[in-house]
Amino acid sequence: METKEMRAVYCDTLIELAQSDERIMVVEADLMRATGTMKFKEAYPERAVDVGVAEANLVGVSSGLSAGGKIPFAATFGCFASRRAFDQFFLSANYAKLNVKLVGTDPGISAAFNGGTHMPFEDIGLMRMIPDLTIVEPSDPVSLKALTKAAAQIEGCVYMRLHRKAVAPLYEEGEPFTLGKGKVLADGSDVTIIALGAILVPEALKARQLLTQQGYEAAVIDMHTVKPLDEELILSYARKTGCIVTAENHQTSGGLGGAVAHLLSQTHPTPMAMVGIHDEFGQVGTQAWLADHYRLTAEEISRKALALIKGRKE
Amino acid sequence: MLTSQELQQLSDFAKEIRKKTLYAIGNLGVGHIGGSLSIADLLALLYGKVMRIDPDNPQWEQRDLLVLSKGHAGPALYATLALKGYFPLSELDTLNVGGTNLPSHCDRTKTPGIDMTTGSLGQGLSAACGLAYARRVDGNTCHVYAIIGDGESQEGQNWEAAMFASHYKLDHLITFTDNNKMQIDGLTEQIMGLGDLEAKWNSFGWFTQRVDGHDLKAMDEAIERAKAQSGKPSMIILDTIKGKGASFCEGKVTNHNMNFDLQTANAAIAELG
Repeated sequence: METKEMRAVYCDTLIELAQSDERIMVVEADLMRATGTMKFKEAYPERAVDVGVAEANLVGVSSGLSAGGKIPFAATFGCFASRRAFDQFFLSANYAKLNVKLVGTDPGISAAFNGGTHMPFEDIGLMRMIPDLTIVEPSDPVSLKALTKAAAQIEGCVYMRLHRKAVAPLYEEGEPFTLGKGKVLADGSDVTIIALGAILVPEALKARQLLTQQGYEAAVIDMHTVKPLDEELILSYARKTGCIVTAENHQTSGGLGGAVAHLLSQTHPTPMAMVGIHDEFGQVGTQAWLADHYRLTAEEISRKALALIKGRKE
Repeated sequence: MLTSQELQQLSDFAKEIRKKTLYAIGNLGVGHIGGSLSIADLLALLYGKVMRIDPDNPQWEQRDLLVLSKGHAGPALYATLALKGYFPLSELDTLNVGGTNLPSHCDRTKTPGIDMTTGSLGQGLSAACGLAYARRVDGNTCHVYAIIGDGESQEGQNWEAAMFASHYKLDHLITFTDNNKMQIDGLTEQIMGLGDLEAKWNSFGWFTQRVDGHDLKAMDEAIERAKAQSGKPSMIILDTIKGKGASFCEGKVTNHNMNFDLQTANAAIAELG
């Protein structure tokens, strides 16, 4: 299917939202060209604010805009959105119970040539520690559009990981999405693959094919909302398939893997394996090289799934 | 220009703010007395004359806003708000008691009349910028006031916000620096000198003035001049004395977060007359 540039979808969605809601604003920190929101600025010059290279102020100003009744979508690279402006987002936005939508672009290995300095493997982990925050990572253009709209509609802070590059749609145009409700992309009875984001959800679907070739049926869930976690769905699939592999473009300990393990260890202990980053820093390389290096691949998901299935059946 | 009658009323109001602040912190036994007392005169002027407010309707959209970025001076602002009738004076007894609406640092979700949550120093001015920008987009002519500390000015985020306010010509933003020249570890000049604050704010494109922060008349005139400006945010540097008005702590470097009991507080209250 035809790929779409995610950042263009993000910008178009914000313009669409802004047409019917004058509270919508875009706040940027000298990355408008990267985030792709120049078109928004052209359409609504007064509602697009560039703070320059100043991420603390990006989040601080956004918090003030929110206190003034606006709905700011503040964006910068995920490494800066999380690591650099964490205290501002924690206190001025979340603790103050405001309505700031913070967008961290270039998640994980998609930072590619910007390398380890710009490669957030820890942003979800940091954000998960903020009470009441909603954390989202859309996997394709359709879910991005729907979840951006959903983020604007809820009252409260949201952290959204935005993969900027072109990706192929996984969903039909118009597919409905609800924050906090995962999407079952394929059913299965031998193992459940719970995946996150524009790189690992497609890999999970490929892994399913590899497992089918081995005679096993894998369920695949797109867990686009890491917080609040769709506990009901995870528990039902833990019971149904008896083992779970998580897959994410992030550190497993603080990310989706950690979140799922935190749930299951206390409610329904289930054999698990995690595909993701295992306590390592990022580095430069093409996205493909990095995916291979960190084993964020269908083959790795399939290998771990097979080990779990065999372990369970023995 | 303040009339002599207004001056007397505001001076009395400032005295009451000091008394209630001393009482609330003394009643608890510990608190940020120094930086609370240094802004008491400013708060009296803002809430007694300058700001457009409605204590019966704290969320009134046409109100002027205040961001107390040095959020640890919350007790002085709580005393001010209680005296203005935002909530009963008796609530000052609950300062920092578990479950209170009056926590050490200002919290917009808990206290009627608090416009922004603060406490992690350096963040309030950014929020004030956002508020001022939002109000301007809405065509709302209210003023946004912000108070930062001199020690707090060591936080780099203030200077990010300073550029922002100047770049976007936020002329309805009026900020005060409570220049009491002390911080937790000692004299600001000795811990991390701020250099020429006036020159700094001027060079950031702000309309900058410097007045005595305990002179109501001088502050009022400075605010009038600030309001008359267009195209520039305003900084009013207030030369103040940390702990002003209470002899047991006035001008003492140890008064940032100080232990003292109700007896000490009452003696200081009696001193104020």
